[in-house]
Amino acid sequence: MLDLRDIKIAMDGGDLAANFVVPARQKLAVLGPSGAGKSTLLDAIAGFRPMHAGTILCDGAEITQSPPEQRPVSILFQDANLFPHLTVARNLGLALRPDGGRLSPDAAQQVAEALTRVGLSGYDDRKPGTLSGGQQGRAALARVLLQARPVILLDEPFAALGPALKVEMLGLVTEVADRLGATVLMVTHDPEDARRFADGVILVADGQAHPPQPTQEFFDDPPRAFVDYVG
Amino acid sequence: MALVSLTLGPIVAVVLRAGGLGAIGPGDWHAFRFTLFQALLSAGFSVILAIPVARAFARRRFAGRGVLVTLMGAPFILPVIVAVIGLIAVFGQNGVVNAILTTVGLPKIDVYGLHGVVLAHVFFNLPLATRMLLQAHLAIPAERFRLAASLGLGPWAFFRTIEWPLIRRIAPGAFAVIFVICLTSFAVALTLGGGPRATTVELAIYQAMRFDFDLGRAAVLAVMQLALALIAGIVALKVSHMDGFGVGRDRQVARWDGRSLWARGWDAAWLAIAASFLLVPLGAVILKGAPGLALLNADTYRAAGHSLAVALGSTALCLAWAFPLASKRGELLSLAAIAISPLVLGAGIFLMLRPYVNPFSMALPVTGLVNALMALPFALRILRPEAEAVEADFARLRATLRMTRGAWLRLVWLPRLRRPLGFAGGLTAALAMGDLGVIALFADPDRTTLPLQVYRLMGAYQMEAAAGAALLLLGLSLALFWLFDRGGRADA
Repeated sequence: MLDLRDIKIAMDGGDLAANFVVPARQKLAVLGPSGAGKSTLLDAIAGFRPMHAGTILCDGAEITQSPPEQRPVSILFQDANLFPHLTVARNLGLALRPDGGRLSPDAAQQVAEALTRVGLSGYDDRKPGTLSGGQQGRAALARVLLQARPVILLDEPFAALGPALKVEMLGLVTEVADRLGATVLMVTHDPEDARRFADGVILVADGQAHPPQPTQEFFDDPPRAFVDYVG
Repeated sequence: MALVSLTLGPIVAVVLRAGGLGAIGPGDWHAFRFTLFQALLSAGFSVILAIPVARAFARRRFAGRGVLVTLMGAPFILPVIVAVIGLIAVFGQNGVVNAILTTVGLPKIDVYGLHGVVLAHVFFNLPLATRMLLQAHLAIPAERFRLAASLGLGPWAFFRTIEWPLIRRIAPGAFAVIFVICLTSFAVALTLGGGPRATTVELAIYQAMRFDFDLGRAAVLAVMQLALALIAGIVALKVSHMDGFGVGRDRQVARWDGRSLWARGWDAAWLAIAASFLLVPLGAVILKGAPGLALLNADTYRAAGHSLAVALGSTALCLAWAFPLASKRGELLSLAAIAISPLVLGAGIFLMLRPYVNPFSMALPVTGLVNALMALPFALRILRPEAEAVEADFARLRATLRMTRGAWLRLVWLPRLRRPLGFAGGLTAALAMGDLGVIALFADPDRTTLPLQVYRLMGAYQMEAAAGAALLLLGLSLALFWLFDRGGRADA
């Protein structure tokens, strides 16, 4: 469970405010116009952006002041989710050994299983640059699986993929999230993504991140700000 | 921080020692004026001559152009003493130029004194000025040339609209940087200057310490030099962008100007003059040095060993410093080291060590230390942009993965910065290998470096052995640079 209590995040064009609870195991789409602060919201939850006010709790524990590396959060960015000079296996291994040490046979087994789960078995020794965009996305998701943290934040990591690949990725995200029992917040520009994948929608517009609304309800009676943006 | 205390400590020592000893003789004032005058001439000639050379490089395509542009960077890692040997071989008493002058019945020229000092400084800094201007030329958007061509601008209009603004933007900075470099240059003044009429402040410090053992006067001179260089350094920093030290990126831009026969001939002439001015002395070192290699004795080889040790030590120290300093603030801090002359630092360290140990026994470590300090600004110049890029690209990923400091350094930082590290390491090693500065203050016969050994052989009029040792020094410097740079490039 993720609890945002009256938070205010500094943005270029004024603050972004949010005050709501995300129940555990929910998968939410974060929708809204460009520049409204969708990524800002995720950055604040992940600890990459300071807040003016408010507190963030995760499963009852306050994380407002925690540095990014101490938050129970894994995040995928738009790009640069893998170190280009390290092999896929080495990249994934870092999730289990952040000190970069040698993996135990157990851990190596885990890495291999995670790769199999995302359909990349046998790609251990490849460098990310030799993989397609979809494969890179899958490798990054395999690492999220290994990180096994209760909150997963996705900042449009699949924006550059074609429609078919994106559908495949969303399926994979669902699978990973269900397996971990994790809460997911995914930024997207595409209402279709939200319909396909999300239990609910967080609308970010006009300096406000609105509380999540069930997906069906949201699209049946879309809020004014959303209609303006979709046109 | 260690760096600050290392830089400031010796200077404080110098100032303390100088306090109350305000005795500056007329000779010292002369040295002061000579220092300014030669730096002015050197910087002026370097920049003025660089203007047509850089333009010729910018608008001509010819076989060997790339090699020649690369060679323009070579004087930077060329040991001063090697260049001096080459210049003497060409312009000296028995050199090529004088041989020609004699046959046509003109009087001989003398390479020692003001001419020689300025000549050597131009030799080293003409390429630097050329690179700075050339980079600016290559940064001109291709559209502007197309526009100029479609407007049918004549040569004069072209110069006014495109080239003159560029010169006005770059030349003052180039002049200032070269002026500072020449203010603090020691080895050139030591080898080609000297005598009461051609003594720089640096040389006067050296003479006060070495021959008169007048530490008080040396300290006063050091303060004088420090003030001079700091003021000039601050001015240089303000007006320049310090471009042209790194790896030049060479871009090919289609141009339509300068296609007349006259313009072609003009450019060709400048390129030929610049190339021969740089290459003939180097060729002379190789020609004269090859037979001299047979004359190398055990002392020279020992000196070479010392030099290698100093160079490797300096490189390790410099790169270790560069790690935490690869930021904007660190770079500004280390830039102070460009203006502070090694001789002043050396003199300060000498004063600090004297109560505790025999300073002469510390000659090699002190040399290594000062060399590392001197190379640091260049190393940071190369490393900083890349280090910041790595930080910008991967800092968030590092945090979300909870990577430890060690893992970050070993798995990301070092591998991603391998190329600039190799380049910076090569530069430092070559600079340290060829340095003839502090070592001259401290050295006794048992602890010489190879550049000092070359100087001693010259002083003993063993010119052939000196040329041989210079060739050895040249080879070692280039080899060190090549090995480090190569190590950074070899793909893992």
